[in-house]
Amino acid sequence: MAELTYREAVAAGIAQEMERDERVVFLGEDVAAAGGVFKTTVGLLEKFGPCRVRDTPISEQAIVGAAMGAAMTGLRPIAEIMFSDFFGVSWDMIANEIAKARYMCAGQLALPLVIRTANGSGSRFGAQHSQSVENWVMAVPGLKVVAPSNPADVKGLLAAAVRDPDPVIFFEHKGLYATKGEVPDGEHVDRLGTAKVLRQGSDVTIVALAAMVPRALQAAQRLEKEGISATVVDLRSLVPLDTKTLLVETKKTGRLYTVEENPRLCGWGAEIASIVAEEAFYDLDGPIVRITTPHVPLPAADELEDNTVPTVERIVETVRRTAG
Amino acid sequence: MQPLHKLETPPLPREILLRIYREMVRLRTLDERMMTLQRQGRVGFYGACTGQEAATLASAIALEKSDWIFPALREGGAMLLRGFPLVPYLCQIFGNAGDETKGRQMPSHMASKSVHQVSWSSCIGTQLPQAVGAAMAAKIKGDRTVVAAYLGDGATSEGDFHVALNFAGVFKAPVVFICQNNHWAISVPSSKQTASESIAIKAQAYGFGGVKVDGNDAVAVHAAVKQAVDKARSGGGPTLVECETYRIGAHSSSDDPTRYRDEREVEQWRKRDPLDLLRGRLQSWGIWSAREEDELRAKVLEEVNAAIAEAEKKPEPPRESLFEDVYSVLPWSLREQREELLASPPAGKTSQ
Repeated sequence: MAELTYREAVAAGIAQEMERDERVVFLGEDVAAAGGVFKTTVGLLEKFGPCRVRDTPISEQAIVGAAMGAAMTGLRPIAEIMFSDFFGVSWDMIANEIAKARYMCAGQLALPLVIRTANGSGSRFGAQHSQSVENWVMAVPGLKVVAPSNPADVKGLLAAAVRDPDPVIFFEHKGLYATKGEVPDGEHVDRLGTAKVLRQGSDVTIVALAAMVPRALQAAQRLEKEGISATVVDLRSLVPLDTKTLLVETKKTGRLYTVEENPRLCGWGAEIASIVAEEAFYDLDGPIVRITTPHVPLPAADELEDNTVPTVERIVETVRRTAG
Repeated sequence: MQPLHKLETPPLPREILLRIYREMVRLRTLDERMMTLQRQGRVGFYGACTGQEAATLASAIALEKSDWIFPALREGGAMLLRGFPLVPYLCQIFGNAGDETKGRQMPSHMASKSVHQVSWSSCIGTQLPQAVGAAMAAKIKGDRTVVAAYLGDGATSEGDFHVALNFAGVFKAPVVFICQNNHWAISVPSSKQTASESIAIKAQAYGFGGVKVDGNDAVAVHAAVKQAVDKARSGGGPTLVECETYRIGAHSSSDDPTRYRDEREVEQWRKRDPLDLLRGRLQSWGIWSAREEDELRAKVLEEVNAAIAEAEKKPEPPRESLFEDVYSVLPWSLREQREELLASPPAGKTSQ
């Protein structure tokens, strides 16, 4: 096992797939010569050359649209959208075109493509550079949605996304890029649609995604000291959703908490809560509790951003207050 | 090349000219019949190509089989020209079980991989960046494919037009943009769509050539598009071809142009009907006769009517099919939703 940062795991995952399959190409803004504004794609241009690793003009709809046309005609493109907030700029291509093309032509054309993007808070970049928009994408039939929380999952899930026959939206978390973790040596390919139980407890189940996963784990450690034993589930993928693990782990404790960066209304936690209420209502010992950002645009100032996104303290306090 | 207005001999092989003309007559006949069926309530929506047959068909015939078409609203006929059978084409319009795309798209949004034509997107202009991506892919793969990206004059106001042309120029993609400037984007005339002196001139800003042709003259359209396609195929990059034509009918079956358009303008353009223009040329070259014209019209009408009769016999698409093709493999979540739906009474015609 090698220790990689989350950002190094991105390049490692892309390189693994480009080496394996020459149909895999990579395009985006500042991804080649600069190695990505978050330095997630360093070395790929040198390794694979300017034909397969391509800097493009600044045009999100053209990047995503070109990836779509290339996928429809036989390549397996990876497109980078620098900040997930810019999905707004290319939303027609994502939600109306890529998501629906296979369906509208009755499966005659496949769209094996990945759109990678930097999502989430922690950089003090404000409402148009730090949002978490995985719930936007989750709402559109035809797309798959992945959001890893650690370097091993970045590499393994990215590889799985590239090999998947359907379009996958791959949310990397800006706040996690510098974090380190063990990544299996050699070829590493994970499975989409599988959650991971990171910690087994007996009193409450906390479900989290991406940067909220380490916070949920820290909260669980603190709660343990207070006599509350928590299971922590890393969802890893919203579409497909590992409903089985979610329900099994909820039923074991009878209490469910979701921790997300999405604003409250129609965040992914709302969908999780609905599923559990429908499928496991009589196994619950109390209300499902969503821990979310309030329904506000994300502010930039340190103090304000820190108070908007769920913190370890907020998770601990919420569970302590409601779990009894 | 001989000046187009006084071509004394055919500039193209006889069989190509006749094929274009026959397809134009078939498309005109088909459009007339479909608009009638729409008025009779047998078809929900239709967008006719009437008046634009030369721009559609004489351009598409300049492509090779392996080339791709990313169409706009009025290029469905290109599929027929490229060998797609009429009955499933009509079934797409009826949205029935004979539709290869399973009733998923609204009428006039047909597609088939078999003839390398994707579905038009109802969101204007979005096919253009996709077409550029397909062209970039061809270049990466090192194959000879050229991509034809069709658009209307209205689409030139969309951001996607500009980003697509910019990408195409920067990456020297083997793509030909074919703009059918039919002067009206629903009710907005081209004079209110752009302040540029032409659409073709816009290509200059993106570093490649634009050419404006008489879009009602099949020979002129073919010459311009063929030149652009050859250039793209030989590595010369993109071209924007503006075909100046006219939408003789309504934008679609949902539109009434008498509310915003002077009928005298339409009459002027009727005098320049692309079928009349090509037929005049064919006759002047001695390769088409009045008898052949009568025979063709009768044959095409019979073919279209027979195809309509056959297509209309097909049943509705089965409701369980609506879950297929969202993903490559039906996920368990959709399987559950399918079971849930099938357990409830069917909606629609069959339940009434």
